[in-house]
Amino acid sequence: MGTKILAVLEQREGKLKKSSFEVVGFVTKLAKELNIDTEAVVVGNNVDNLKDISKYGIKKVVHFKNEKLKNYSSSAYSEIVANYAQEIGAKFIILSNTSLGKDLAPRISVKYDAGCIMDCVNYWLENDDIIATRPVYAGKALVDVKFKTEKRVLTIRPNVFKTPVLEDNSEPEVDTREVNSPNFKTYVVEFKKSEGKLDVAEADIIVSGGRGMKSAENFHLIEELADALGGAVGASRAVVDAGWRPHREQVGQTGKTVSPSLYIACGISGAIQHIAGMSSSKYIVAVNKDKDAPIFSIVDYGIAGDVFEVLPALIEEVRKIKS
Amino acid sequence: MKIAVCVSHVPDTATKVKVSSDNKAIDPADVSYIINPYDEFAVEEALKTKEKFGGEVVAISLGSVNSKGTIRKALAMGVDSGVLLLDDNPRDSYAVAKALAEEIKILNCDIVFCGKQSVDYDNSVVGQMIAELLGFNCISVVVDLKINGNKVIAETEVEGGKEVVETELPVIITAQKGLNEPRYASLRGIMTAKKKIIEEKSAAQAEILTEIITMQKPITKQPGRILGDDSSAVPELVKLLHEEAKVI
Repeated sequence: MGTKILAVLEQREGKLKKSSFEVVGFVTKLAKELNIDTEAVVVGNNVDNLKDISKYGIKKVVHFKNEKLKNYSSSAYSEIVANYAQEIGAKFIILSNTSLGKDLAPRISVKYDAGCIMDCVNYWLENDDIIATRPVYAGKALVDVKFKTEKRVLTIRPNVFKTPVLEDNSEPEVDTREVNSPNFKTYVVEFKKSEGKLDVAEADIIVSGGRGMKSAENFHLIEELADALGGAVGASRAVVDAGWRPHREQVGQTGKTVSPSLYIACGISGAIQHIAGMSSSKYIVAVNKDKDAPIFSIVDYGIAGDVFEVLPALIEEVRKIKS
Repeated sequence: MKIAVCVSHVPDTATKVKVSSDNKAIDPADVSYIINPYDEFAVEEALKTKEKFGGEVVAISLGSVNSKGTIRKALAMGVDSGVLLLDDNPRDSYAVAKALAEEIKILNCDIVFCGKQSVDYDNSVVGQMIAELLGFNCISVVVDLKINGNKVIAETEVEGGKEVVETELPVIITAQKGLNEPRYASLRGIMTAKKKIIEEKSAAQAEILTEIITMQKPITKQPGRILGDDSSAVPELVKLLHEEAKVI
């Protein structure tokens, strides 16, 4: 069996995503602990910031290139990555648990006869084997999972594994390989960007609004605070079901499970399904009129006041500190 | 068109999770079970597909005999028949996918619907694995679906927007909230469901590739500080976030 760890990088519109650098950092650390080699692979057309990976510790990347591969194609990407893993005899294949990672990882695992563990938030080593911790029931419980296979596919949750920048200005070796006839059985023909700037699943700061915001119009306060913080707008299920906000912003058990550095819940009482989806955030702040709201049982800091009185002051104070 | 929909019997999302005495799963005492919420969108889309193109819809579930309740729910919504793949032992996603794939092969389906993930183990991989095992095409996290002859065009939800994806039948679609509004089972639907056939058989054996060693509850943190009850607490809050938490 091979001894390499393969980092699968993700590009969108010709740029590696932040979550991919987290994968590079994760792989670098794991490889050091297991004393094995690393490599990275990316599928796409032009990728501008590919060389930046050496700042996070990986010195070799293979770039599978084709004009048509600039958008995701599950059939082509999975075939290319699984074949390359085969070529180098990868023992581990690591991806980020993004939309693309979630779609791609299980396909690679079946093609490569590998076990597959998704959404790892922590790990430890036991006899040179990785035991991965992952949330279940949207975070109401955690399980420790081990592989029973020699070959392993693992996805890591975005925003959880922070990537230290190394003092290293050397450039990685980039091996560019043209792909002649990719398998285009399933392919993305168009990407429709949504108006919102940042997606809750990727944001490091989230400002969420609930029913306490009283109407869709009042969400301008949530948007302004998110803007001031450089964060994303989130929403509770109640306001999504009421049609005030789109489903992609929903945080919770039937929405997205998130782990940002800072989560600010405004006018959210804290239903069990919502708390499950955000309780692993590093810092939690709540603003809610009802001092007995369940959300206050998990906050770091809270203001038991009226959102319409507190939020404008908070927006102003944040702007002050940012300028 | 031969249509299958995979449904999973899961704890209600309002469940307060308690870990069982063997520390490997949840304690099922006092837990009420429901059809996986995302599977309801899958059932609805399967029924809409049948209404448009004709054919029949079969609901498949893998689990203990209790999963029959979830198959009945799909039958009450309008699904024609059910198959219960019995297995009382825990399986990983791969072993689940393998047994479902075996059954889908027997049924000779053109299109298979699944929820994008089940809200118990949250892996979101079974649909894609079935597709790989059967050589089907697959589009995951679908919020809009059009089928035209052999051609399938779907919109999927990704970070920062939507992707329009094209492929062909046979296909596996995993359903995301927003794909449709699942219908309620009518009283008549519930009555007829009782007469519909649920075939029971042992789930195909499959190797388990990953194994849960322990389950535990996350460490609950100490409740934090309530800084005040109006905007006069804002400067302190921002100071704490900036200097103590260092997150802004």
